[in-house]
Amino acid sequence: MELQDFTIKQINKCLKEKKFSAKELANAYFDKIKNTDKDIDAYLNLTQDLALSQAEAVDQKISNGEEIPTLAGVPCSIKDNILVKDEKCSAASKMLENYIASYDSSVIKKLKEQGAIILGKTNLDEFAFGSSCENSAFKVTKNPHDLTCVAGGSSGGSAAAVASNQCCFALGTDTGCSVRTPASFCGVLGLKTTYGSVSRSGVIASASSLDQVGPLAKSVEDIEIIFNAISGKDILDATSVEYKYEKFIENNKPLTIGIPKEFFAEGINKDVEKIVKEAIFKIEDQGFKIQEISLPSSKYALACYYIIQTSEASSNLARFDGIRYGLSKQNENDLLDFYLSNRAGGFGAESKRRIMLGTYSLSSGYYDAYYKKAQEIRQLVKQDFKKAFEKVDLIMSPVVPFPAFKIGSKVNDPLSMYLADIYTVPVNLAGLPALSLPVGKTNGLPVGLQIIANHFEENKILSIASIIEKLV
Amino acid sequence: MLSKEEVKHIADLSRLKLSEKEIELMQKDLSAVLDYFNLLKKIDTSKIKLETEKFVSTVNISHNFEDFDGLLGTRKDEAIHQSREVVEKLIQAFPDKKDDYIKVKAIL
Repeated sequence: MELQDFTIKQINKCLKEKKFSAKELANAYFDKIKNTDKDIDAYLNLTQDLALSQAEAVDQKISNGEEIPTLAGVPCSIKDNILVKDEKCSAASKMLENYIASYDSSVIKKLKEQGAIILGKTNLDEFAFGSSCENSAFKVTKNPHDLTCVAGGSSGGSAAAVASNQCCFALGTDTGCSVRTPASFCGVLGLKTTYGSVSRSGVIASASSLDQVGPLAKSVEDIEIIFNAISGKDILDATSVEYKYEKFIENNKPLTIGIPKEFFAEGINKDVEKIVKEAIFKIEDQGFKIQEISLPSSKYALACYYIIQTSEASSNLARFDGIRYGLSKQNENDLLDFYLSNRAGGFGAESKRRIMLGTYSLSSGYYDAYYKKAQEIRQLVKQDFKKAFEKVDLIMSPVVPFPAFKIGSKVNDPLSMYLADIYTVPVNLAGLPALSLPVGKTNGLPVGLQIIANHFEENKILSIASIIEKLV
Repeated sequence: MLSKEEVKHIADLSRLKLSEKEIELMQKDLSAVLDYFNLLKKIDTSKIKLETEKFVSTVNISHNFEDFDGLLGTRKDEAIHQSREVVEKLIQAFPDKKDDYIKVKAIL
């Protein structure tokens, strides 16, 4: 079985034609994981019993002659901050090392209803705080294209698992870069979905005004199928909206693509710039109109993002106190000491930094200068995009200013790690959808093109991405 | 640069116990990031009005749907009865318990 060639529709076809069973397919992926994950470290936990019982149910349906949904029997991996009932969900933190999810997140419910096979839970930066997957409390996921380089983060395990054919597709979450950066570094596709399009119920919160669940896969068609399956209104997430994905219907007017000059400024790796520009030129050759645009507030977006992200994270992580679940040291007598020691022992260095930065930004005397100011700048960032989308249909840029970097090269300098997110965070601040699409390689390392659209216009992104996919 | 006392104060507010070495590292790391945040101070935002009265300020994105706020369906604030199976699972996760209750340290 050549796992690297499988798309979702091909698997569906083979299962229906009984070329192999869902169980045989799941086992083939488990074999692949066993043979390769010693080097990649994409998975934190395999959910073999669940996967095989799901596969048997799909096989039963097929042998009964029942119709099966498109995702039935398709093996996937799930980022370990998304709850799967009765399975461990650690968020790659010692705080939740032994935590077992008591319910399914809404996206998992949807995947299970379709019969998608859950192979296991993938590595991430602790609580999704990071851009390299090095902040996991348990392991560093390696880039399948160069094992000495990072896989990107925070959904690094999901991206590396897809890239090394350890699953057909994966789910990740994107708060500032976390689906797109690892997708770019590992050479797979990753979609950051519009804020409100996919339910976050049952997803361990990082920063609630920014977090979104998104798919990672190897083709535009697969991304479309998964997005279609997981999107829509959910009563358990008040920020989700009534939404139904519909394919983009091209009319006679060719789409206009905006190129923000600020995203090709100082600091970008020359090879990355060249590869991304070449992809854009190829699109121009197809008759699409290319237009330079300006997003003047984007230079403030990173600082704005890190104030908002850390503020919300410090608040969201206040729930981890060792009382209802999670790490709990019972050797303190006083309640305050009990809190202090559980949180000191449970959180890693980056989580502590973010909790403290957020607490500082929200604290008395600093709130106006940091948190309130950032909320105001967020309006400016949104206005920039609003104006841009009056003129253009889509915006294209690199995902990250450079390809995957060496493991360990940025861990001691948090600010330089944060700067990797410079092109991705404005999208989250504005709640927009954006795709990372692999368009080339430099020294063997993949480079992604970021395609950004207006709210709920994932269909425009996927329409143009399916054209570029064939050109590069 | 943040002083050690400032770092300790933020750590207290954050309910984090830090070692001396962690305090020194935080002084350096937090100060570098906060210096970077200061970039925002010089931007004039006096004309920007934050729509804070709406509870959805965080999701107040100019969506294409004209009636976006109307689409935000919120759930009634009510306790929904859960099966014993769900309750058992939640209780199982309690680190310290007596019967179905969470045990906490004495507060007073």
